[in-house]
Amino acid sequence: MDDAKACLTIVAMAGVTYLTRSAPLLALAGRTLAPWAIRLLAHVPAAVLAALVAPALLRPDGRFDIGLGNVVLWAGLAAFALALRTRGFFGPVALGMGIVAAARFFLG
Amino acid sequence: MQHQPPHIPGQSVFKTAVSLTLPIAIGYVPVGMAYGVLAGRAGLSAVNVLLMSVLVYAGSAQLVAVGLFASGAALASIVATTFAVNLRHVLFAAAMSPLLGGWRKRELAAFAFELTDESFALHAARFGRGDRDKGLTLTINVLAQASWVGGTALGLLVGDVMGDGRAFALDFALPGMFLALLAGQLAGPSQVAAAVAGAGLSLGAAALGITGYGALAAGLAGAACGYGVEQWMTRKPA
Repeated sequence: MDDAKACLTIVAMAGVTYLTRSAPLLALAGRTLAPWAIRLLAHVPAAVLAALVAPALLRPDGRFDIGLGNVVLWAGLAAFALALRTRGFFGPVALGMGIVAAARFFLG
Repeated sequence: MQHQPPHIPGQSVFKTAVSLTLPIAIGYVPVGMAYGVLAGRAGLSAVNVLLMSVLVYAGSAQLVAVGLFASGAALASIVATTFAVNLRHVLFAAAMSPLLGGWRKRELAAFAFELTDESFALHAARFGRGDRDKGLTLTINVLAQASWVGGTALGLLVGDVMGDGRAFALDFALPGMFLALLAGQLAGPSQVAAAVAGAGLSLGAAALGITGYGALAAGLAGAACGYGVEQWMTRKPA
């Protein structure tokens, strides 16, 4: 993709991102969405995040791999367990990156 | 209603903002670096790499987009995926809106531009203890984004030295972020059902070779499953 087209893509990305952040604050100020829409929306983050992360952990190279060699999977499970316990954000990311980097350094 | 002073007397708003933003910045700089390194390697120009951190300012969406740029995905696909990944911000903004009563439209517009997972968490905690100072709020947002853009610039600078970043586990930054965000969402069985359905459908789509919109569609279908489970659990006995 050339620079101009990439720039256009980035501006469009910024537009849709700003929409998600501003619409409830600006357009919905003083009124609220229908209750069913709020409840449906409330389940979008968990489902989308899980849908994005599952293939990254279980199909790191485009095919299923639950072997010991799939270090991203095991680091991911450790990071996820820490995140569930602490509700922290960067602690789990740092733990996972540390495990992956250490495994690659020591195990090749 | 208790109202604590927005900042320690004798300390400037700026200094208070720096100390409150520091935990966010400690996380943003390294992940911003990971984004900068990976985006540079994906073939984006340095200007575009920085532009994305200035205009979009959404870590996980930016890292997903880098992967899509690298694979030569279509413009519409990148924008639609960005929208889906950032849809959770609708909930943050909706939760924030009653707390920002009395703010002018343009102040709300400025606040919304820098509403991230982390700034939402920080402001929700601050507002909860009665600290609703507008100047401090907006200063925190600007400083947090400055640390993100600064991290991006550092990543561009060290990108050549770090190679593909696999030795530094940069490829784990994105799944790691998603896992941490996901853990924060799993309150109750219907949320777990939404996540399991989203993950399962996404893996199924991947196994069938459906890429691009596969994860997106799986996520939306998973959300519908979670909503269905919630409706089923809260239904009144006949």
